[in-house]
Amino acid sequence: MVYWISIILMGIGIYGLLTQKNLFKQLISLAIIDTAVNVFIIAAGYVEGGKAPIYTKALPSFLKGAFVDPLPQALVLTAIVIGVGVLALGAALLVRVKEKHKNLDVENMKGVGE
Amino acid sequence: MRRLYAILIAAGFVYMMLSFLGVVPGYGNIDLCSRVSSSFLLKDVSEQNAKNWLMAKGLETKSIEKVYGEKNKEDGCANVVTSIVVNYRSFDTLGEVTVLFTAALGVGLILGGTRRKKYGLLPNFVFRESTRILVPLIILFGAYIFVHGHLTPGGGFPGGTIIAAAALLLYLADEEFFLSKVSTGALEGSMGGLYVIAGLLGLAIGGYFLYNFLPTGRVGNLISSGIVPIVYTFIGLKVGAELSGLITDLHSEEG
Amino acid sequence: MMTALVVLAGAIMTVAAVFAVEAKKILDSVIAMSVVSLVSVFLFIAMRAPDVAITEASVGAGLVTAVFLVALFRMKGGDEE
Repeated sequence: MVYWISIILMGIGIYGLLTQKNLFKQLISLAIIDTAVNVFIIAAGYVEGGKAPIYTKALPSFLKGAFVDPLPQALVLTAIVIGVGVLALGAALLVRVKEKHKNLDVENMKGVGE
Repeated sequence: MRRLYAILIAAGFVYMMLSFLGVVPGYGNIDLCSRVSSSFLLKDVSEQNAKNWLMAKGLETKSIEKVYGEKNKEDGCANVVTSIVVNYRSFDTLGEVTVLFTAALGVGLILGGTRRKKYGLLPNFVFRESTRILVPLIILFGAYIFVHGHLTPGGGFPGGTIIAAAALLLYLADEEFFLSKVSTGALEGSMGGLYVIAGLLGLAIGGYFLYNFLPTGRVGNLISSGIVPIVYTFIGLKVGAELSGLITDLHSEEG
Repeated sequence: MMTALVVLAGAIMTVAAVFAVEAKKILDSVIAMSVVSLVSVFLFIAMRAPDVAITEASVGAGLVTAVFLVALFRMKGGDEE
């Protein structure tokens, strides 16, 4: 189920990247794809009936089905923070593009898309 | 016409990914024993023990109640995600922090400046005054999150982001507020350097880069799990300073 | 119960994502993107990933939205289609 949600979100993001002429909209589409991919990777580590991978006093019996897979969570944890850096870099580039070209439309820029 | 093609391409992508789902194990039906994560969960990645476990699959007999409060369970982290991020795959995390540093450096090069960009807006009185009360609490909460990263959900990355949110609140509340590049840069650089120094100390003492050379203590105590909370504190301060610097760059102009 | 909530969250995310891509004003689109991030926090909690949920709530829904809004404000409203 969650696989389907994330794949549909990725499709929507790709559709946005292809149709939108405004660069800011394309950046937002990238952000949506980012979120969707993170959801997909976490879903690949989910175990039915598993607990969050933290040792507490009330512990489940053992490995089989006790915890969900912690490795995708560790990867996504850092990927999210990298995502904010990359998206902020893109936003900073867009601020400069707007100052130079006076608009963000790919087809109306001088020397681009003619 | 353009929309039609875009819908076709997106639909093709969705179809490709959905057919790819046959290869991935089904949602929730994962055999953890066949994955590498099982040794992370058992907190024992040495080769001999892995062989023993593979030989004897009757792992259910080994009660895990011993782990909580037990001494020296490899790295002593109660939170397995933290123990992967900062202990087993710590070198990877060092690389990720470097990527974040490069992105923040790029923002600084593109937008940076020495003067605060003013918009001539006066924020609401209630907002301005309540910010003064809230900002210390937010910073304290961020510090709590990264200091307790080995016990509770959280860690250096969300803790640093929450500290950066406090900086953002200050920027929104006060037109004059401006963090100097020297302060955030110095904090960030020293924390990055300390992370590498911790790794080199591990290399000198234990023979591996980022080796956990301190005593690990009891699982579940605040002072436990060796260098993990120390390294997570470095990461939290570094990420907080980096993202605060990024927000500073977004609010500054040349001049 | 949980499955129904996950389906509901997926529906909200899909609608918000379509709105984010198709909205006329960029401000609406940024807010819709932050809704997508915020609902994904619920999905992470449903999949027992509290660490990722905290990070996504503070980063994806908080800081990215703030950075985009500040950048949008800096370019004076961007371009409206």
